[in-house]
This record gives sequence, C-alpha cells and structure tokens, in this order.
Amino acid sequence: MELNKSHASNMFQKNVRKFLRNKLAMIGMVVMLIILLMCVFAPVFTSYRADQPDFSARTQPPNLPHILGTDKLGRDVFSRILYGGRYSILIGVTGAFFGSLIGVILGAIAGYFGKLIDSAIVRLSEIFQTVPNMILILILGAVFGRSIGNLLFIFAITGWMTTFRIVRNEFIALKGETYVQVCEAFGMSKIDIMFKQILPNVMSPVIVATTVNVAHFILSEAGLSFIGVGVPSATPTWGNILNAAKSLDVISNYWWLWVVPGVVITVFVLAVNFFGDGLRDVLDPKQQ
Amino acid sequence: MPNEKELIFSVQGLRKWFPIQKGMFKRTVGHVKAVDDVSLNVYKGETLGIVGESGCGKSTLGKTMMMLQRPTGGAVLYNYGDGNFKDITKFNGKEMHDFRKQVQMVFQDPYSALNPLKKIYTSFEEPLKIHGINAKAEREKMMDAVLKMVNIQPDYLLRYPHEFSGGQRQRLCIARALEIKPRVLICDEPVSALDVSIQAQVLNLMKEIQKELNLTYLFIAHDLSVVQYMSDRIVVMYLGKIVEIAGKRSLYNNPAHPYTQALLSAIPVPVIRREKKRQVLRGEVPSPINKPSGCAFHTRCPHRTEICEREEPRLIPDQTDPEHLCACHLYNKTAA
Repeated sequence: MELNKSHASNMFQKNVRKFLRNKLAMIGMVVMLIILLMCVFAPVFTSYRADQPDFSARTQPPNLPHILGTDKLGRDVFSRILYGGRYSILIGVTGAFFGSLIGVILGAIAGYFGKLIDSAIVRLSEIFQTVPNMILILILGAVFGRSIGNLLFIFAITGWMTTFRIVRNEFIALKGETYVQVCEAFGMSKIDIMFKQILPNVMSPVIVATTVNVAHFILSEAGLSFIGVGVPSATPTWGNILNAAKSLDVISNYWWLWVVPGVVITVFVLAVNFFGDGLRDVLDPKQQ
Repeated sequence: MPNEKELIFSVQGLRKWFPIQKGMFKRTVGHVKAVDDVSLNVYKGETLGIVGESGCGKSTLGKTMMMLQRPTGGAVLYNYGDGNFKDITKFNGKEMHDFRKQVQMVFQDPYSALNPLKKIYTSFEEPLKIHGINAKAEREKMMDAVLKMVNIQPDYLLRYPHEFSGGQRQRLCIARALEIKPRVLICDEPVSALDVSIQAQVLNLMKEIQKELNLTYLFIAHDLSVVQYMSDRIVVMYLGKIVEIAGKRSLYNNPAHPYTQALLSAIPVPVIRREKKRQVLRGEVPSPINKPSGCAFHTRCPHRTEICEREEPRLIPDQTDPEHLCACHLYNKTAA
C-alpha cells in the first residue's frame, strides 16, 4: 500500500512552532541551555581547576584572571560554579527522573487496577507525604551517609508523590475512555493498554511535573549542602559553594562568595520553571 | 435471514449486577441490576435489534456478551461452528484472546474511540499485531481492504483522529472492528452520536457490509426508527429485563407488551395535521436498585391488575406466532 505523504499531518512540527512563539519559555530554555552547556564544557571556559587552592590569591574580589573572584582557599569561584553545576544539575535531573519513573509506574498500576491495589499504594504515598521531607532526608542521610548516590536515592523515594497523584488521577479518568475499551475488546494485554495507550496521554503533566522537580531538587540539594547534610563538602556543588557563606564574616566582607552562587541557582531554577510552564502550554491536549 | 437458522449466540439467564458499596468497610448495601436474568438467541446472519430507554441495561448486555464486563451469573454460549458451543464466561486468557477475533464491537462515541495521540495508521495496526499478523505488507493489505469497504482513502491513515468528522470517525471505527474478520459485530448505539444526515449514510454502509461479509449484527439503539430500519428481530428491554422479542414486522404491527405499545406510539409521524393517538406513560422509570415487585413495569402500566404486583411474568410465546415472545400477565392468562 502506497501512502501519499502529503496527506500526513505532523503534530511535532506544530508543537515546536507553538513553543517557539512562547517568549518566556524560549528565554527559559535558552538560559537553561547556556548554563548547562557552560557546565558541561567547563574546561573550555575556565583554565582553573575547581579544587585547586592558590594561597597567594585568597579572597580576591572579581578581577581579571579570576572573573568572579576567589574563595578563602584561593579557589576560582567561576570555575567552582561551572564544575559545581555539573553535580547540581545532575542531581536535579536524575533525582527528578527517577522520582517520576517511580511515580508513573505506581500511578499507572494504582489508577488502572483500582480497588485494593489502589488503596494500598495511595496509603503508602500518604505515609511518605506525612513524614516531613527534610526529616526523612536527614534520617536517611544519617543512616546511609553522605554521598551523591545516597542523595539521589533519597530524592527519588521522597519525590515521586506528585507525579504519582497526577498519573493516578489521569488513569482513573482515561481508563473509561472508549479507546481503552476498544483495545480491551481487541484483546490487548493490560500492560500494553496501560503503557502504550493510556500513558502517552498522561505524559504532558508528567513532563511538566518533572521539570518543576528538577528545580526543586536543585534547591533541596543546595539547602541540604548548606546545612551540611547533603553532598560531601569536598565535592563542589552549588549548595556546597553557598555553604561557605555560613559565617557572618563572609556575608559582610566577601559578597562575591554568596551573591554569585545564589544568583546562578536562582536564575537556573527560574529558567527551568519557565521552560516547564511553556512545555505545559504546548503539551496540554485540552488546548489543541 | 436464511431458512435454516443457525444459532450463533445463546444467552442463558445472564445477570450483571453492580454492587453499591457504602461506608468505610465497603459494605455492599444493594445492587444495580443492570441486566437481570436475560435469555436470548442470536442467529447467524441476522440483525438483532435491542431497544429500550436509557439505563435499561442494553449497553451493559452488549458488553457482558463479549466479556468486557464480567457477568454476575448466567451463561453466554458461542457457536464456533457446527454446533460447537462454548461458554465464554468460563474462558481463560488464551481462549478469550481467540474469542476476540470472533466478536467485535463498535462503540457509541466515535470521538473518543480513537486514541487522540496516535495516527490512524497506528490505531489500525495494533489489533492486527495483537492477533499475530506480523508481516507489514500483509497488515497493510488487510487495512486497505477494510478502508475500501468504508470508502475512506488509505492516505488518510497518516492523520490524527481530530482531523476527521464524526461520521468519518465512526466509519474508521467500523473498519477497524472488521479488520480481524469477526463473525459477529456488536454495535452499541453506533449512530446516536451522529447527525441525522450522517446516520443514514453510516447505516446504509453497515447494511452493505453485512451483506458482503455475511456478518451477524447485534444492534443496540434507543432510536426506534433506526432499529426498525436495521433489524430482522427486535428485543425490547425494560429495567434490565426483556419484555418482548419478536420479528420486526410482528413487533411493529402487533406490539403485545404495554411498554412496547407505548414506545411505538411515541414515534413521531411525519405527516402534518394527522395527530396520532399517543399512549403517554405516567411517572418515571423506577430505580434499578429497588425494582418494583412482580412485573417491573406495573408501576406505569395502564392495564395493571392485581397479579402484576405479586408475580413476575415469564417470556411466553404468542399462540399464533411462536417467534413472538412477550412477558406480560395479560397474555399469560389467555394462554392458561
């Protein structure tokens, strides 16, 4: 059978055009990409290593070789932010990804099968929600120790509830749709109905929730590292860089040690949120 | 209808009760008796119409007959050919999978019957893949064949469902149901979501396809004129029960059950200044949770007698026409 391609329609192209028209989302995406690329290709942008102390150049304000100054050990703040961004963004993205993965799988199972399975999983998510996140993270941090892997694990198992609720609610609504019954009538397996038929229709709020979670986890990492229970302080992350600003001495005398990482975190998180908002506008099937 | 009638479906005492649960511990406090003790036969090559007002259980009957909903009781015997009857309510996964190739369904709402995110091509490909047609060329040949039947250009397969009109979508749904070559098509109000002008087009198409493929239709509808146009025999349902089964002529000319009489008198006559004598039913349909005792229709029946409140009438064949069955005490008495 020869199909004439001129009759084909392309949803993807339409969505891309719609996204390009959304100015805020475009700014968000561009800023996000610039920061991301600078972090990934850090050695191109800076000649200093992040953990290279230079005791002859301690606490220098921004000047020519050190464009964002140096810290108390003489390490270049600019390169620390670039290398630190690698870890912070990695933690945010992978944490959000695995959190969403757990949320999607549990939400699909709970929403599609309903009844006892549903109640059991909903209770589980409520237990996770009632325990304050911070305390859970502190406990798990104390038990498993401080490392990036542990932090990711903690983020994944404390961050799946939002996605879970979205996916479960959508599944409950969508499993009554006629096309689901059509697939049942054709004898399609339950797994295929859940993950091939219903799930694609649920993906847009999930993607949005995931981008919001990326921003949220970057902030969490910064907060946890700031109070000293996150990533080991030897690893430069945005939180660990901010950690230096704990003393009053730094805040009053060396502004570039806390303003710079603070601004970078804020700008990146804002950019991710704008990007997520734009994605929601494009992907929401109700607005098509 | 062929002279030698071959039974294809035999429904025996089928029940579908939906439990109503209340309270923290999900105590079952009652049942919605959507389909309550229904028995009927479907013969090969015929169109069996099922009519009744909203909520009388006709859609549930259709879905239960192909196990989209598990029945509470009763049996559905399906003829695999040469009198090889099997009770589909007792099928396991493998047998059910094979049965899916025999009986397909066309649903009421063509707007949600196609997955909005998938191109028509994908929606058409999936059922064939499920039933083991792995060669792409063969799949496309089969898709092409059914699309020709419903007069839709194969090029349109590359489009998304939202780019089609309601009538086109319903034709696509019919084509998709026919892809795996079923013997029986259960049509659950296939035209009630469409414009009147499109309804005729789709109905004629369905009739042509039936002739071409020698299909058996189970045609569920609430529109009496549509059912009259399509069906050979008609089943009238009221509150989950069959009140009358008859050949189309017989039912429209001599409706026996008072409910059928009222239904038929409600059909508008397209002649100006000819008032038809209407038999208007009083009151509301009783709730299917607390059905009236005896004959479920006795609360609204103009010919109610004392026995109707006590005893439930059984489906009894008419004296002159054994094909015409009616569940009403009025006729029961004359037979006795």
